[in-house]
Amino acid sequence: MANVPADLRYTKEHEWAKLEGDKARVGITAFAQEQLGDVVFVELPKAGSKVTAMKTFGVVESVKAVSDLFAPLSGEVVEVNAELPKKPEVVNTDPYGKGWMIVIKLDGTKEWEGLMSAADYETLVAAAGH
Amino acid sequence: MRYISNTPAQQREMLATIGAGSIEDLLARIPAKARLSRPLNVPAAMAETDLVRLLRGMSARNANADDFVCFLGAGSYDHTVPSPINHLISRGEFFTAYTPYQPEASQGTLRSIFEYQTMMAELCGMDVANASLYDGASSLAEAVLMAHAVTERNAIVLSKGVNPLYRQVVETYCEGPGLRLKSAALGDGSTDLDAVRKSVTGQTAAVVIQYPNFFGCLEDVKAAAEIAHAAGALLIVVADPVNLGLLTPPGALGADLVVGEGQGLGVPMTFGGPNLGVFAVKQELVRRMPGRLVGATVDLDGQRGFVLTLQTREQHIRREKATSNICTNVALCALMATIHVAIMGKVGLRKVGELSTAKAHYAAEAFARIPGVKLKFSAPFFKEFALELPKSPERVVKRLTKDKILAGVPLKAFDRSYKDCLLVAVTEKRTREEIDAYAAALAAAVA
Amino acid sequence: MRTAKPAYDKLIFELSRPGRHAYSLPECDVPVADPAQLLPKEHLREKPAELPEVSELDVVRHYSRLSQMNYGVDTHFYPLGSCTMKYNPKINEDMARLPGFARLHPLTPEGAAQGALQLMHELSQDLAEVSGMDLVSLQPAAGAQGELAGVLMIRAYHLARGERRTKVLIPDSAHGTNPASTALAGYSVVELRSEANGDVDLLDLERHLGDDVAAFMITQPNTLGLFESKIHQITDMCHAKGVQVYMDGANFNAILGITRPGDLGFDVCHFNLHKTFTTPHGGGGPGAGPVGIKEHLAPFLPTPVLVKDGDDYAFDWNRPQSIGKLQAFWGNFGMLVRAWTYIRTMGPDGLRAVSDNAVLNANYVLKRLEDHYDRSAPGPCMHECVVSARRQKKLGVTAIDIAKRLLDLGFYAPTTYFPLIVEEALMIEPTETESKETLDEFCDAMIQIAREAQENPQLIHEAPVTTPVRRLDQTAAARQPRLKWTPPETA
Repeated sequence: MANVPADLRYTKEHEWAKLEGDKARVGITAFAQEQLGDVVFVELPKAGSKVTAMKTFGVVESVKAVSDLFAPLSGEVVEVNAELPKKPEVVNTDPYGKGWMIVIKLDGTKEWEGLMSAADYETLVAAAGH
Repeated sequence: MRYISNTPAQQREMLATIGAGSIEDLLARIPAKARLSRPLNVPAAMAETDLVRLLRGMSARNANADDFVCFLGAGSYDHTVPSPINHLISRGEFFTAYTPYQPEASQGTLRSIFEYQTMMAELCGMDVANASLYDGASSLAEAVLMAHAVTERNAIVLSKGVNPLYRQVVETYCEGPGLRLKSAALGDGSTDLDAVRKSVTGQTAAVVIQYPNFFGCLEDVKAAAEIAHAAGALLIVVADPVNLGLLTPPGALGADLVVGEGQGLGVPMTFGGPNLGVFAVKQELVRRMPGRLVGATVDLDGQRGFVLTLQTREQHIRREKATSNICTNVALCALMATIHVAIMGKVGLRKVGELSTAKAHYAAEAFARIPGVKLKFSAPFFKEFALELPKSPERVVKRLTKDKILAGVPLKAFDRSYKDCLLVAVTEKRTREEIDAYAAALAAAVA
Repeated sequence: MRTAKPAYDKLIFELSRPGRHAYSLPECDVPVADPAQLLPKEHLREKPAELPEVSELDVVRHYSRLSQMNYGVDTHFYPLGSCTMKYNPKINEDMARLPGFARLHPLTPEGAAQGALQLMHELSQDLAEVSGMDLVSLQPAAGAQGELAGVLMIRAYHLARGERRTKVLIPDSAHGTNPASTALAGYSVVELRSEANGDVDLLDLERHLGDDVAAFMITQPNTLGLFESKIHQITDMCHAKGVQVYMDGANFNAILGITRPGDLGFDVCHFNLHKTFTTPHGGGGPGAGPVGIKEHLAPFLPTPVLVKDGDDYAFDWNRPQSIGKLQAFWGNFGMLVRAWTYIRTMGPDGLRAVSDNAVLNANYVLKRLEDHYDRSAPGPCMHECVVSARRQKKLGVTAIDIAKRLLDLGFYAPTTYFPLIVEEALMIEPTETESKETLDEFCDAMIQIAREAQENPQLIHEAPVTTPVRRLDQTAAARQPRLKWTPPETA
């Protein structure tokens, strides 16, 4: 059974978003961290910077691979997970909880509607696996 | 064909296994019109003894530093190469090994590089050094690109004290990214800090000075660092690690990146290559560094081991987003330097610096006493200095070559305003007799 | 369970004892010896650098022991695909050490360095002949720098014609330096799909060729070890759109004396002297990456250009359209001596025998392995073959596992996970210098591993056990990088 929490929404680049009032908390999915292997470093923007939906906001590195992080939604970064520089492994062990990356104050609510539902993301992951 | 093991009989056996009639059958994919229809037009194969005779003859036509007394510098130096180095680096397990991508079978290379990184960081006074880049000039170019990437600014201020050949390489590397290079003039041999202050703006990614500079003069690294940092720019210092056994390391003076040419640490001059590009940075810049890095870790049994690490910066993973396009380092030259520093050690490397500067000052004084000959600059110098001559430096060089003295580098080719100048380097290998003989020959040449 | 005796585990700093020394320097023979009397105080180190204090025996024993922890071509079969780990002739080493070469300063007046300049000129002519190119620059320090030089020359060429082209096309099978060098030259990289066997997808190429494309960069033979047979069509298509074609010369060992990039329509190619031309790999370098061009790119060559005037050789610095310089001096001369010596040792027939035997050896290995590992493409390969460990992966044994088990069986591993378009890729390049017996031993080992994957995969997962260290924690090394030795905290 794929680990795809129902209360979150997803992008095709394997990020998740959780709506928290007028903000969204963002991270990468269990599938993504599994594909990457042991995460060794996460490069995140500073609080106050602007992000745009489906444009990169940072980078996640494992020993053998590196992946761009794509913002699911547009807005301003208001919080950045300060734990990640010290403990990048938390992205592997708790991708939907302590492995969160940034919190975005959203530009609006329209984009949220455009994100993939858990069911659709699950289908995407099932197709990708072999 | 002594490098090819298979006999004709074995070739036939192998073809039989493959199921091909001849090697030609294996080349069937190559269209006929692509095929070379004649043998290569390169010289006929030579037997080893004939080849040696021919090459000895060619090499004898070069004024090498064993037969001539070498006072040439400008980025390559006749420093001591202790005898064990060649023996150790000629061990086949070192020089016929590949890049240590399979660390379990490459601990020799990995450990020696780890030692090299430690030594270079210590000499430069920096937190981290990489496993080497090609040479001092391309290391500087990489440092400039890194400063641009880190600060996201487009302008670079280079002191005119930076080696002009290095500047040319920086210009070439800056073509693609489109960076703007500005110059800061020299005062009397060292960088005019006011000129630097005027050139540095909010668009400056880095200030670059060389220490000692191309003309041998010492620089005020600390002041340059303050100017750079006040504008939010990085300070890049180009330094010769041989000198850093004695000189205050640039890291202690505010450098953010230190690069330089490590050839003087046991790498033969070899007409300018291969060389050894040193590259060292402060801790916070480590993930933006180009080049290979070796790190310590443990194996499954908890035993200490070493691996290439932070590889995601590099081209084989990051591809077009890599910190650099570099693939190789100069591992064997880095090994020469590692062994050199191990042999010279804490006391010896300092002594190399002491002897070099003592003899350089002795020489400068002796030459400056010759009527018509002057020291070009008044700034303090280390192991190199520029002389202003009353006769053409090219003619003087030609004449002294007949005395088996390689007198120095005429500076006209680098900058016409120095057309009367000759750059002279003096290392710990130059004896008093050699220097006195040069002084006598120089006096005769300019009389 | 460790089966090898305990490894030597010292670093030179740990052998250091205060007061020990290995250096030998003369006493100062000039009157003023004290640097404090010669230089301003602020320039002198307060404390000496923390460098080792060891004896000469310490040094020799330590580095000799370290060398014993390496596999090298001199001791082991080294089938790394695309690296051409062929035998490094010892005569090359002797010649590079001749004092007239090794002890020659780069700024020696040209009139007193004619032997060196002659060697360089002759080598550039040899490489031009071998490649069918018009001119060769020996300056680039390695293949990646050769690529950068080539792409910068192409860029200068287009700019000189008043054309601003912004893209370079590169197949997804390319070596990572190709896109990296291209990006460094200021271009955007457009990745083209290859066919499954590494061939260029002509339709994808056609779709992308346009007047905003500066160059198409490919490896020939391709990175799956196959000759791109449509090459004339490809270079014609590119030239019709004003696009320059670049050949990555990493696989030159396959085509020496058989075909030449210049005859295939390429405008630029680079050479890896540390691959085809036997200069030693040195544990990761130094290499040398000369670049060959067709005449139309001549104005853009790196400065200075070596010219011959009668019997005299000289550097020409008057090159207003040159792309500039790549390294401070003239090229990795020590490697150039080795390559020159190799070419003279081999002669035309010898060089042709290289590619013939390289191709024969790779096909022999492919044939012996094809029942046990998936081929990546049908038909004969050239000097290297790529197999996939897809079958073994289903049993839980990956390409990297196979590589580690090979180390235990006394072989260095093939290249793994390259090219990216082959799953669980193992790229094997035996080279022409290996004998049938060695190839049989290697194939026997690979077949044994395939059997072990079915019968006893645990053995493979534990591997290596005979090397000085076992598998290393790469994750810890990347999460908390420890990049230099620090003295242990005193109790």
